[in-house]
Amino acid sequence: MPRVVVDVMLKPEILDPQGQAVANALPRLGVSDVASVRIGRRIEIEFTGEPDLDRAREIADKLLANPVIEDFTVRLVEADETAGARS
Amino acid sequence: MTARVGVVTFPGSLDDGDAARAVRVAGAEPVRLWHGDPSLHGVDAVVLPGGFSYGDYLRCGAIARFAPVMETLVDAARGGLPVLGICNGFQILCEAHLLPGALTRNQHLHFRNRDQFLRIETAGTAWTNAFQPGQEVLIPVKNGEGCYVADPATLDQLEAEGRVVARYISGNPNGSQRDIAAVTNEAGNVVGIMPHPEHAVEALTGPSLDGLGFFTSVLKHLVGTPA
Repeated sequence: MPRVVVDVMLKPEILDPQGQAVANALPRLGVSDVASVRIGRRIEIEFTGEPDLDRAREIADKLLANPVIEDFTVRLVEADETAGARS
Repeated sequence: MTARVGVVTFPGSLDDGDAARAVRVAGAEPVRLWHGDPSLHGVDAVVLPGGFSYGDYLRCGAIARFAPVMETLVDAARGGLPVLGICNGFQILCEAHLLPGALTRNQHLHFRNRDQFLRIETAGTAWTNAFQPGQEVLIPVKNGEGCYVADPATLDQLEAEGRVVARYISGNPNGSQRDIAAVTNEAGNVVGIMPHPEHAVEALTGPSLDGLGFFTSVLKHLVGTPA
């Protein structure tokens, strides 16, 4: 069964201290060509029936993302592309 | 008649006991409210205490916002019920859209736990009328996600309307925009504050007694409110 994947990212204008901390650690790995890192959250939703993108959008807007600081995208993926299928 | 001030306990609340004690020290009757009970039991005001409601999974306050008690509380707050959100309570009020903006990870990523000087910017709220505008107070701050953010237009509006309630002075502990430590809604009955006034009400345990003013303010406010 396909799943709905919701990606939640901090809005570009919101400071991402976690991403900055990761970016600052990269030179210690010998990586010097990364300009910036931003960290977000990926949520996979499995519906009991057919995946419902509109419903997923509503869930994302009301709960998964805080529209004051975050943007989200909603998309359908086949089950074998999701983390649940890999594990 | 003694005012009855509700203190909500969510799973993961930490400071509900201290908040209830602060209410008592201020001279009101604390009423313990439960997250799963939609009834406010006729209280005159409500405190949302600090802690980690519902484990703060997803985002701080994001899940608490949907607790049965919050549905009632949001309506009551829109109707003028005084509500004070402290720390996690502030996060819940923002998630519930009773207050603008959001609280994000401290900019330096460290938890901050210290006594903090604040300047009370407005005495025009239900929770700060016992203070003088410009008064400096010392209150403990303890948070990991206390960095107040909002878009510039919202911040300008808050400033223009006198809705920045308190600002950090002598050092900003979390990177909050414009050093904002507390804000209020348009009507002034809902206040969110990141530091903990309930920890500064007794000489034995607090750095000052400055926190008491928030709780005596609401009593003053309730006396002045026609029933």
